[in-house]
Amino acid sequence: MRAAFQTLFALMLGLSLTSVTPVLAQNAPPRIVIGPGVIEPMPIAIPTFIDEGGAGEYAREISRVVQSDLEGTGFFRTIGEEAYISRVTGFDSPVAFEDWKAINAQVLITGAVSVSGDRITVKFRAYDVFNGQVMEGAALQFAGTTQGWRRMAHKVADVVYSKITGEGGYFDSRVVFVSESGPKNQRLKRLAVMDYDGANVAYLTDSASIVLAPRFSPTGDRILYTSYESGFPRITLLDVASLARQSLDEQQGTMTFAPRFSPDGGTVVFSLERGGNTDIYTLNLSSGGLSQLSNAPSIETAPSFSPDGSQIVFESDRTGSPQVYVMPASGGEGTRISGGAGRYGTPVWSPRGDLIAFTKQNEGRFHIGVMRTDGSEERLLTASFLDEGPTWAPNGRVLMFTRETSGAGGQATLWSVDITGRNLKQIPTEGPASDPAWSPLLP
Amino acid sequence: MSLAVKSLLVVAALALAACNNPDRYGAGGAGGAGGPGGAGGGIDTTGLGDPNNPTSIAYFNQRVGDRVLFAVDQSTLTPEGRAVLTGQAQWLMTNAAYAAIIEGHADEQGTREYNLALGARRAAAVQNFLISQGVPANRLRTISYGKERPIEVCSTESCYMQNRRAVTVLSAGAGV
Repeated sequence: MRAAFQTLFALMLGLSLTSVTPVLAQNAPPRIVIGPGVIEPMPIAIPTFIDEGGAGEYAREISRVVQSDLEGTGFFRTIGEEAYISRVTGFDSPVAFEDWKAINAQVLITGAVSVSGDRITVKFRAYDVFNGQVMEGAALQFAGTTQGWRRMAHKVADVVYSKITGEGGYFDSRVVFVSESGPKNQRLKRLAVMDYDGANVAYLTDSASIVLAPRFSPTGDRILYTSYESGFPRITLLDVASLARQSLDEQQGTMTFAPRFSPDGGTVVFSLERGGNTDIYTLNLSSGGLSQLSNAPSIETAPSFSPDGSQIVFESDRTGSPQVYVMPASGGEGTRISGGAGRYGTPVWSPRGDLIAFTKQNEGRFHIGVMRTDGSEERLLTASFLDEGPTWAPNGRVLMFTRETSGAGGQATLWSVDITGRNLKQIPTEGPASDPAWSPLLP
Repeated sequence: MSLAVKSLLVVAALALAACNNPDRYGAGGAGGAGGPGGAGGGIDTTGLGDPNNPTSIAYFNQRVGDRVLFAVDQSTLTPEGRAVLTGQAQWLMTNAAYAAIIEGHADEQGTREYNLALGARRAAAVQNFLISQGVPANRLRTISYGKERPIEVCSTESCYMQNRRAVTVLSAGAGV
């Protein structure tokens, strides 16, 4: 497996496009194998879900979100309704597979929606058209309040994506970010949260003081961020449900920033500056115990745990320029893993454990990139005036980051890119936005 | 000290006592950047005074010089910077009624986290120099804004060099 992965990455080096391979073997289920080469996305059909009572616009909107999720990966192409030969008239009506085969739909997703009061029920089936069967595990029903209708659409798309790619889903997730307004020299910032695709924005703080770099807890119930509310930068914990917030470390004469949760959610790793020197510390959230993990006169910051909690990747300028290091979770000097030209920062460990995403600055350009955890096989995925701060989708296949344009009118926006470098796109937000952090997949 | 200046100081000290939040960039703060955030917060008022009066904040800001600049990624004080800070130290020792917050800033070339740490390093370099010149440590505090508060907004070196700065911001009151 490891050798296969290495070969895969070695092959991808130097390629700007990576492919999606729909495997068409008879009797094999529809499958996308993400690998080298250039092949068209898999054609699928998502007829508008059936209204089984009171669904109104929900049926059409849910179908639209399922389509948007799947197409948004770059791995699927939905076939327009004008090409359909047969119609789906009822959720349990027999499916004319020949008609869907004829338009080359490899997967057919049918669904039905019913609404009663504020309750909504969404059910769906994903068919392997060529075998004329429901794909295993892809016939489900979700029920909840109408307010959560988009989540149900995301769950449908997650199941389909997961069955076809073999990867975990990521559509039913949220992103916390910093919503920005005002001119560059007096930017106002406040925390906001949205669906992964930019919908359902809610604001979590006002913009009375600067807020930076929020991070979700492993269960999505809490958010860590850096706030200037006290007048000085302080790591702050926010409860998502109640919006109650507390400053975590208030030692006079120090500044704390760059917080992240441990994988079990019980510990915060962060940077603490004292007398001009920045080192990495952990704070146990239940005991309040503080531990110093690094002790050097250089800047040590931007720590991120490995998903098993055993290691921490961080950034240090001990050699004169910022580079990426890995140390045991108990602390230490760490081993440098970044080796290329330029400056490296904001390393983030993939939730799958296999890669580290980072920001790289070289020859006046910024890049988002990934490398293996030993620093090998670095691949740069983006390039612009200023790209920074990658965050991983829950499945470890997609990164979101901040892109800022230059000059007096420069503004920050959110973008995402697949770890192969494919499918770079902007996430729609109401106004300028920065510092995205992805939640885990919602329950 | 003239009566006018004395009364000004009293007013300023009262204002400081009312709100000890050094973040003059927050929507509730007083500095030039108090934004249209709409959020609450008191307004600090500190009179700048007459730049011709050597005990005024205006004199400190304009004649002594309230800021020093740094090279890319550096927190080492330049000879010009040391000269300005020597003047700041003398002024602070003469005008014992003032405390100072030293703000460290970075240009936009660099990540947010790294620039926060870099700004802190620059602020500390200034603080350490002022202390070495005899300014009591309890009158000085530092804060870093990283790249969050550029003073110049273009994306060329002519602006970047103005943004890589540490600014000594005076407030009335003997300690912070």
